[in-house]
Amino acid sequence: MTSPTSTTRAVTGRLAAPFVLALFMAAVLVPFASLLLAALQPAGAPLTGFALPDGLHFENFSRAWSAAGFGTLLRSSVVIALCVVPAAVVCATLAGYALATLDVPGRGRLYAYLLLGLSIPTEGTIIPLYYDLRAIGLTNTVPGLALAEIAAFMPFGVFWMRAHFSTMPRSLMEAARLDGASSWATLWRILLPNSRPAVTTLGVLYFVWSWNQFLLPLILIQDPARRTAPAGLGFFTGQFGVDVPLLAAATLIVIAPVVLVYLFFQRHFISGVLSGALKG
Amino acid sequence: MTTADRLTGPAPAPGAQSPAERAAGSTVRKRPRPARSGRRRRRAVALLYLLPALLPYTLFAVLPLLHTAYLSLFDWDGVTLPSFVGLDNYGRIVTDPQLRAAAWHAGALILFFSVLPICLGLVSAAIVSRRAGRRGTTLVRTVLFLPQVIPLVAVGILWRWVYAEDGTLNQALRAIGLGGLTDAWLGSFTWALPAVGLIGSWVVSGLCMVLFLSGTQRIDPEIYEAARMDGAGPVREFMAITVPLLRPEFAVALSITVIAALSSFDLIYITTGGGPGNSTVVPGILIYRLAFGGGAVGVASALAIVLTVVISLAVLVINRLSREAP
Repeated sequence: MTSPTSTTRAVTGRLAAPFVLALFMAAVLVPFASLLLAALQPAGAPLTGFALPDGLHFENFSRAWSAAGFGTLLRSSVVIALCVVPAAVVCATLAGYALATLDVPGRGRLYAYLLLGLSIPTEGTIIPLYYDLRAIGLTNTVPGLALAEIAAFMPFGVFWMRAHFSTMPRSLMEAARLDGASSWATLWRILLPNSRPAVTTLGVLYFVWSWNQFLLPLILIQDPARRTAPAGLGFFTGQFGVDVPLLAAATLIVIAPVVLVYLFFQRHFISGVLSGALKG
Repeated sequence: MTTADRLTGPAPAPGAQSPAERAAGSTVRKRPRPARSGRRRRRAVALLYLLPALLPYTLFAVLPLLHTAYLSLFDWDGVTLPSFVGLDNYGRIVTDPQLRAAAWHAGALILFFSVLPICLGLVSAAIVSRRAGRRGTTLVRTVLFLPQVIPLVAVGILWRWVYAEDGTLNQALRAIGLGGLTDAWLGSFTWALPAVGLIGSWVVSGLCMVLFLSGTQRIDPEIYEAARMDGAGPVREFMAITVPLLRPEFAVALSITVIAALSSFDLIYITTGGGPGNSTVVPGILIYRLAFGGGAVGVASALAIVLTVVISLAVLVINRLSREAP
């Protein structure tokens, strides 16, 4: 560090990292800020991109909640998530446990069969799902949509829980077996109490995917009164595309629950996605 | 592996693949075990654990996929009786200009969803990982992951407002004296596809950067020290050490983003709906249009099958490449 050029290089080197990070964060946050400002503008006023509103017009949010029906839409989404998340987590946990520790006949082939589902896009199943579920009266119902989502989420869950149970010490299971514990008791009394982080991560991912799912509810729920929040938002955009403050407020209402869950469990969510979770 | 594992002897390595599992099976067989019926019962019970996962997966994912393949062999409008046409629907995918355009657009989206974010993420992760302190890393990760969390429909609405005629982008252009460049971006035949593609870049760039950043923390700093001793500059260091050693992260990033690009639907549906004209149609949009409005269920099914096969092949190739020793 004697010549002036190397000093300058050291300084730019130290400033480069914060600069890049600030740039990335600004790129993420500016569109959000722009939408938040739009949501606070008086209804029907002519708008430009990034403008401070004259006063805070929270009535956009109450209009979106009641008049535009987003309160009801949110409730449908909550019902779906409450059906999908616990059921899918339980199914994936049982299957992951069996594949990792039990003597399953044809284990390798069954696991490969489940993993195949990781690369099936929703487009590949949606057409018959609509016609077949309609034929047995399951379109426009909670069970129809919930079952389709559980099926789509199952491959990742089994992959995730199997990977988790195979990292648990074998000695723990051997000891349980020597004590005469059944496979069921081993799972519930010994393994699951030590699996909180893995199960929580899966639950958080499933909640986010279920909440954000768009194509399945768009097709499987045609009745406007039973739509989920993102599907409702999709229709709303077509109808009220010009009332920007109302649309902005509705969007913020729809993303609020998922953002709150994310902020609360962000460590779990990020670790799940980083290990290869595919956005459902 | 923990000490306890080593003590128990020939247990399979955690997370090991099938060869290790087969080895574990043979060690089990060597041990004295209860009567054969006991083992059969245990295996039956083990299958019961799998049933709750296999049942919905088979009924509501695998069978529908097979049914899609079946429907792709018919000419069907969704109402009247279907008529068998063999592979004609697949022939139409190759010849129909609209369907070919969709394939091109999906390819172009890979540029925006995969190539651009991965390059951006790699370079910025390399720059950021060189700084000494790690203060504020959690905040950075939380913010950069935000686009991954919110529904793509909301992302689309967010960006409709950015790209609108009176939106944020045009306002910024006017503010820096480039008012002549303003456009109705999503309504332009030239700009709609890149504009939509850049939304995809926005969604996944943060993910790629955080992914590569966590990868660089795994690399032993001594390797960099050694390279610096040999007189390697930052660029050499990046090309010779960082990029090759980030291979596993590379594979994860590539599979996530390629799947997102090829099966994109939500974002296009909400921003352009495939327009103007057909300038942003992608396979997902066409499948939706043809099957649920166009009365061409057979062609839509054929397209869905081709899409599924292409995605599966892409994932297979990416995983192969990542597993080969560097």
